[in-house]
Amino acid sequence: MTSEALALPDRKKPSAHPLSTAQLVVGATLLLVIAATASLALGPTGISLGSLPRAIASALGMTADASAAREQLVLIDIRMPRTLIGMFVGASLAVAGAIMQGLFRNPLADPGLIGVSSGAALAAVATIALGNGIAAPLLQPLGVYALPVAAFVGGVATTGLLVLIAGRHGQLMVGTLLLAGIALGALSGALTGLIAYASDDRELRDLTFWSMGSLGGSTWPKVLAVTPFAVLIAVMTPALIRGLNGFLLGESEAFHLGVNVERTKTIAIIVTAASVGAAVAMAGIIGFVGIVVPHVVRLLAGPDHRVVLPGSALLGATLMLVADIAARMLVKPAELPIGIVMAGIGAPVFLHLVMKRGIGGME
Amino acid sequence: MLQASSLTYQVGGKTLVSKVDLTLVPGRLVAIIGPNGAGKSTLLRLLSGELRPTSGAVELDGRALGRFDAAALARRRAVVPQATALSFPFTAREVVLLGATVPGFGVASAEIEQMAMGCLRTVGLAAIADRFYTHLSGGEKQRVHIARALLQLAVADREACASSILMLDEPTASLDLAHQGLVLEEARRQARGGRAVLAVLHDLNLAAVFADELVLMCRGEIAARGSAPEVINDALLSRSYGCEVRTNTTPGAGIPFVLPYTRRN
Repeated sequence: MTSEALALPDRKKPSAHPLSTAQLVVGATLLLVIAATASLALGPTGISLGSLPRAIASALGMTADASAAREQLVLIDIRMPRTLIGMFVGASLAVAGAIMQGLFRNPLADPGLIGVSSGAALAAVATIALGNGIAAPLLQPLGVYALPVAAFVGGVATTGLLVLIAGRHGQLMVGTLLLAGIALGALSGALTGLIAYASDDRELRDLTFWSMGSLGGSTWPKVLAVTPFAVLIAVMTPALIRGLNGFLLGESEAFHLGVNVERTKTIAIIVTAASVGAAVAMAGIIGFVGIVVPHVVRLLAGPDHRVVLPGSALLGATLMLVADIAARMLVKPAELPIGIVMAGIGAPVFLHLVMKRGIGGME
Repeated sequence: MLQASSLTYQVGGKTLVSKVDLTLVPGRLVAIIGPNGAGKSTLLRLLSGELRPTSGAVELDGRALGRFDAAALARRRAVVPQATALSFPFTAREVVLLGATVPGFGVASAEIEQMAMGCLRTVGLAAIADRFYTHLSGGEKQRVHIARALLQLAVADREACASSILMLDEPTASLDLAHQGLVLEEARRQARGGRAVLAVLHDLNLAAVFADELVLMCRGEIAARGSAPEVINDALLSRSYGCEVRTNTTPGAGIPFVLPYTRRN
């Protein structure tokens, strides 16, 4: 028996991670509540939360006051759906990033990096450009769901293509996957550009929106359109926790630990495509959330998916709201594309983390 | 009891394992030895259920392995693979605890924590339980995975599953002399406690010292099997390894051993 075998572990230090799962989840929830309140309270019109009771009264038809109607428009018809969609987009992009990193066992995997976002955006752009033309019979019955469904299909198709290209003997080759993803992303980008080239001025403005991201078009019908996706993601993601933890050790180790490998991969791909597709359909391409947020969670509370998945959802939603508040306040009354703001926030934070701790504790 | 009969595995027109019959019974430590590319690891992967045989069958207690789902298998056997790459900042303790995450394991978490510490102590790693896995040495990482497999089996015992199997693929590859002994001593203790244990070993001397039965593989087939004195002999090893081998025996216990051959010996 060696001497180290006799040494007792330090009982006061139950884990090497700075925060416990409970601490992280409670902290992130508090931050999200603060960010959501700020997102409702702040805007270029200067209408504050104090007007909320009057706005609600107006929405319920209890007052015909003109200023109350304006407060209703700003608070309930503009800021509220925008806040809800911002939370959805941030949470789903962060969760999709966390799932991809677990699935590919690579802390740098991200739906933006491997072309899933571009594929979803291409489908969305094609829907806009062709929606009144040749694709109309197919798309019009879908109504408000046409865009999220198209983006979802684009995300699934890109992910499926990647799995086909990178799969060998039932294993996903991570290097092939990243390179193929970059190629597919470039191809989608080129096709999106081709559509832009053939577009008129109004469509071009829409396309800019897709490539740089914005929560500006958020409405209640869009909230309604995204709800089934949010439910799907919320219901399916918990089923991934055990499997993704096993995947961190490798596919065969996951199998040895009793994980149903193929089922986990299928669920992961569906959830990722749904998250990214719906997020892109709502807000265009927004980068960094999927890489930065899961990294921060892992640095704070470790890589166990029991904390990474809920933590990423909460912090992703928070980060998106903060970026959106900045997007609408910095150059008011105009608005910055949120993708630019997110890169401005995300890139320095990411660099700082990498320089301080290495990639998620990796040396 | 795990029983393989006429087990054959082909991939890309190449036969990696050919007509292997092998039985793992509780209480015995079986070592698979043989030259590089003999099919040792492939055989282990077939026996663990990770690969499906091209022909032949593996049966666990009379039931085909393919008819168990992953979770049911994980409650009956633990596997330590040759190499595991983990690039996420788990602590050693957290990696070991993954061994208790098999679906259907329902032991209270405080108890599992204690069992995990016990397994880390067994492999001599209690002091570094809270260190990041990514910061450990190769040998320490290997022992963390062995502790993980031990926890998986310990929890399986607690759940009153039927007798279980431990499979180790070159568990001593990056270990020093003391830890080679520590790990294989534990493998033998597991066997004595009623488990069937299978270890792929490169080191013929370790196999001779610790195993109850040696299975010598060569070009996908079993070339010989039996006790150490039956398998560790000049002619057999020279033929299988394609080089000149001179064996000897220890003075007291008469355990056979092999030194690399040069003109000096």
